[in-house]
Amino acid sequence: MMIPLADLVTILPELIVVSVACLLLVLDPITPSHRKDLLAWMSVAALAVCFIVTAGSMGDRVSAFSDLVVVDGYASFWKLLLYVVSGMTILLSIGYLKEERIDLAEFYGFVLLSLTGMMVMVSGADLLVIYLGIELMSISLYVLAGFKRFEARSIESSAKYFILGAFSSGLLLYGISLIFGAAGSTRLVEIAAAVDARGLDDSLILIALTLVIVGFGFKVAAVPFHMWTPDVYQGAPTSVTAFMAVASKAASFGAFLRVMLEGFGGMKPNWSGLILGVCLLTLILGNLVAIVQTNVKRMLAYSSIAHAGYALIGLVVAGWAGTGAGVSAKGVSSMMLYLAVYSFMTLGAFSMVAILRRGANEGEDLDDFTGLAKRHKGAAFLMLLFMVSLAGIPPTAGFIGKFYLFMAAVNAGLTWLAVVGLIFAAVSAFYYLRVVMVMYMREPSPDQESETRLALSPTATVVLALAAAGVVLFGIYPWPLVSLTASASLP
Amino acid sequence: MPSRNERFLIEMSSGGFPWLTLVVFLPLLGVAAILLVEEALAKWVALGVSSLGFLVSLAPWALFDESTPAMQFVETHQWIASPSINYAVGVDGISLPLVLLTTLLTPLCVVVSWTAIQTRVREFMISLLVMETATLGVFVSLDFVLFYVFWETMLIPMYLLIGIWGGPNRVYAAIKFFLYTLAGSVLLLVAIIVLYFYAGAESFDILTLSDAEYPPWLQAWLFWAFFAAFAVKVPMFPFHTWLPDAHVEAPTAGSVMLASVLLKLGAYGFLRFSLPMLPDATQQFTSVVLFLSVVAIIYGAYMAFAQADLKKLIAYSSVSHMGFVTLGIFVLNAQGIEGAILQMVNHGITTGALFLCVGIVYERTHSREIVDNSGLATSMPVYATFLVIFALSSVGLPGMNSFVGEFFVLVGAFMWNKAVAAVAALGVILAAAYILWMLQRVVYGTPAKHMSSKLYDMNWCEIGMLAPLAFLVFWIGLYPKPLLDVMHASVDHLVQKQAKVMMVDAAPAVRAPAIAARPSSEADAPKAETR
Repeated sequence: MMIPLADLVTILPELIVVSVACLLLVLDPITPSHRKDLLAWMSVAALAVCFIVTAGSMGDRVSAFSDLVVVDGYASFWKLLLYVVSGMTILLSIGYLKEERIDLAEFYGFVLLSLTGMMVMVSGADLLVIYLGIELMSISLYVLAGFKRFEARSIESSAKYFILGAFSSGLLLYGISLIFGAAGSTRLVEIAAAVDARGLDDSLILIALTLVIVGFGFKVAAVPFHMWTPDVYQGAPTSVTAFMAVASKAASFGAFLRVMLEGFGGMKPNWSGLILGVCLLTLILGNLVAIVQTNVKRMLAYSSIAHAGYALIGLVVAGWAGTGAGVSAKGVSSMMLYLAVYSFMTLGAFSMVAILRRGANEGEDLDDFTGLAKRHKGAAFLMLLFMVSLAGIPPTAGFIGKFYLFMAAVNAGLTWLAVVGLIFAAVSAFYYLRVVMVMYMREPSPDQESETRLALSPTATVVLALAAAGVVLFGIYPWPLVSLTASASLP
Repeated sequence: MPSRNERFLIEMSSGGFPWLTLVVFLPLLGVAAILLVEEALAKWVALGVSSLGFLVSLAPWALFDESTPAMQFVETHQWIASPSINYAVGVDGISLPLVLLTTLLTPLCVVVSWTAIQTRVREFMISLLVMETATLGVFVSLDFVLFYVFWETMLIPMYLLIGIWGGPNRVYAAIKFFLYTLAGSVLLLVAIIVLYFYAGAESFDILTLSDAEYPPWLQAWLFWAFFAAFAVKVPMFPFHTWLPDAHVEAPTAGSVMLASVLLKLGAYGFLRFSLPMLPDATQQFTSVVLFLSVVAIIYGAYMAFAQADLKKLIAYSSVSHMGFVTLGIFVLNAQGIEGAILQMVNHGITTGALFLCVGIVYERTHSREIVDNSGLATSMPVYATFLVIFALSSVGLPGMNSFVGEFFVLVGAFMWNKAVAAVAALGVILAAAYILWMLQRVVYGTPAKHMSSKLYDMNWCEIGMLAPLAFLVFWIGLYPKPLLDVMHASVDHLVQKQAKVMMVDAAPAVRAPAIAARPSSEADAPKAETR
């Protein structure tokens, strides 16, 4: 069977990423250990090429492989975000892996494989293709989570992630099989047609829909499917945690939204209430439990759950009964904007945890930040910036993200949801500011004072600078990002 | 059509030199300069920039056209295209005095921190200047989102000012301040968004939103959302509990900024948003706010009696004095509102000066307790003189600034309801009692023995800091006309809008005379129309 060339061109970025990933695995054993950085740079270069390719073809909608894969503005937006995030993860890891003594080039290969899975997810127009993407992403992440293979916590993290991930994948797959029974196909367009034909009360489709929501709920770490998140995030190597919290969440949301709107768009009244409940639970529980955490990685894990709750507001708006197409698109674009902004601030915060890791110092406890402003003014200020942005206080990007979400919510008549979201944003300020308080208002202990250096490699500096630039620039001048999300939104 | 007229005036007055942008962002330039110079020079740069900022801010005052209620020195640039959010700034007679107050007090805050702040001077000055930019931004914003951005931005530097350079319990005070004000303002953001959609003008422009009409039920909701944000900031009883903590723990400069500038933001919010945008709800709920104001006046004064800590005493007197401000605003007549604005400026000058006085004595005795600072008149006669001047100003002695403001407010209150005025006047008497009692102990008491050896009188630097404020105390007290002239047109415009709503109301006859603007304003208004 011949594969048409046009189809291959459509998935060119995926092909580049996956071939570089395989190449890395092959080159790893034959590269001398002091040259491993070259492999990291190679993957960053591949991502840069992909960025140019995707950005160049932005806007036109192309489908390939008999409509199994679609490349539209929406998919391209997520891919661009994923390239940036993966590139930043790799740059952060170059120094961090050495500090953890796990600097194997396989690491970068798995990051790229995982990225391939994510790209397939956001481009998939068929539930099975999306499922394939999810599995490729997840299996690579299981390996990455256990990369500190001499450390029990890391292995626990990997095992927990694997078991719960496999369980959720099973639920999703079960849902997909039920849909196939109802619609006779797993293509999103044909599911939409079947939904129209069979009506809203079809119990088979309703069960399938619920299972799909549960499956994606696990992937985006929404309450009550969030149980794995804190342990996995805490145990995994910090750069992997950052990657999971940002890239895998963004890709899962990207796929989730497309499935809900393009596949189950006809059943909005059925699922919007369900999503609303999940959204509220996520907002409330994520923010409240984050308050009592003393480990910064764990706190950021709960914060990432809470932010999933905010992002879900966009999906609720998109599905809310009685909203027109324009309002719905605003919900989608505000969620895209929010996740883009979230990526920068969360990556920045995790990078800061990563560069505090030095020698015997774990760098992830709240106490490790004590008096940081005395020891490293610049680092403390950047962390202040990320925390303020995560709390959604202007003039940072975090405010812009929340502002557009709440605009969309009020526009859809969900003013009370905006109020709830904002009240919990005020709650979240409490635990984010605690980090600021510890850094600026406590005196460092004598041995902390003597520990004067940070594990700050040049590449980690670049990552921090990029994250800070994203947080500040999109806070002060958000229009480029806003217009991009508005034009790339699903109708 | 007042709206079209206003538009026209905006067109007319825009396009000149961007004075306001310069005033607002000059401190930020100072921040950049501070980052470049070495730490020892940081305070010199801060002093230079903030003094320059004050001089620059005199220009809009000199060029200000007092005859019109329209916004002046307007600059509008697109910030975000969809939804339309602009960088739009301008001043009218309500915001101009507050801008001047802010730029005047910032250099004084730098001076008072000259020797008091020894650690992390660079960060301190940066926080102070960022704070100045944010507050000035709030006063001049003509776009509601821009306003909110400045309004919230201010929290971070203030949080750091209290939390890093404050007293022993600073961390608690800082987070309490932060969470209180943040919790208050989250509803404000929702209210802004709701206004946007109801006005249907696809704009966050404050004047456009003020011209739109909102159904009464919506106004009621929005009124309380606004109220939550502004009342916490003022702070009104019962949302005042963060204030004593923040004041006591903050370094002197932080207390001055809090008392003189930050507290004005809430009152400014009422004047700029609640009154013009939600006239029906304002009419409906004014008695509730007046009640809370009167409670604040009496309660603040009552609490001030019991304080042994000088800063806490002044903090509670602030609650009481700000009660006069909200009272003046919500009696909804020209006298009350002008008195309120005047009282805002006066409170900024007097209370700021009192906090500076406490800071000066704290540097010498390292205590703010009244018992530790008794009998200062023998060893510090110059200081005692200044303290007496500002304390008497706080009491509202005729010939001094606060008298004029409180008098106007009480006249306004009297026109609204005699009982309210009578109870509020009780606050003035109570203020006289607790302030004079404080003076008696601090200035004329038996000198605290263990301290007397360390005490030295004020140096020229400190005199130079308090002298301009003392001058303003007497200037405003004896000749408030220049300040009042600036406000007349804007306040009349505001009152007329309220009056219009009252006329529409079912029973206009009873209260209509009370809100009639003073005769001269009738002449002012048509003049503005014809321009």
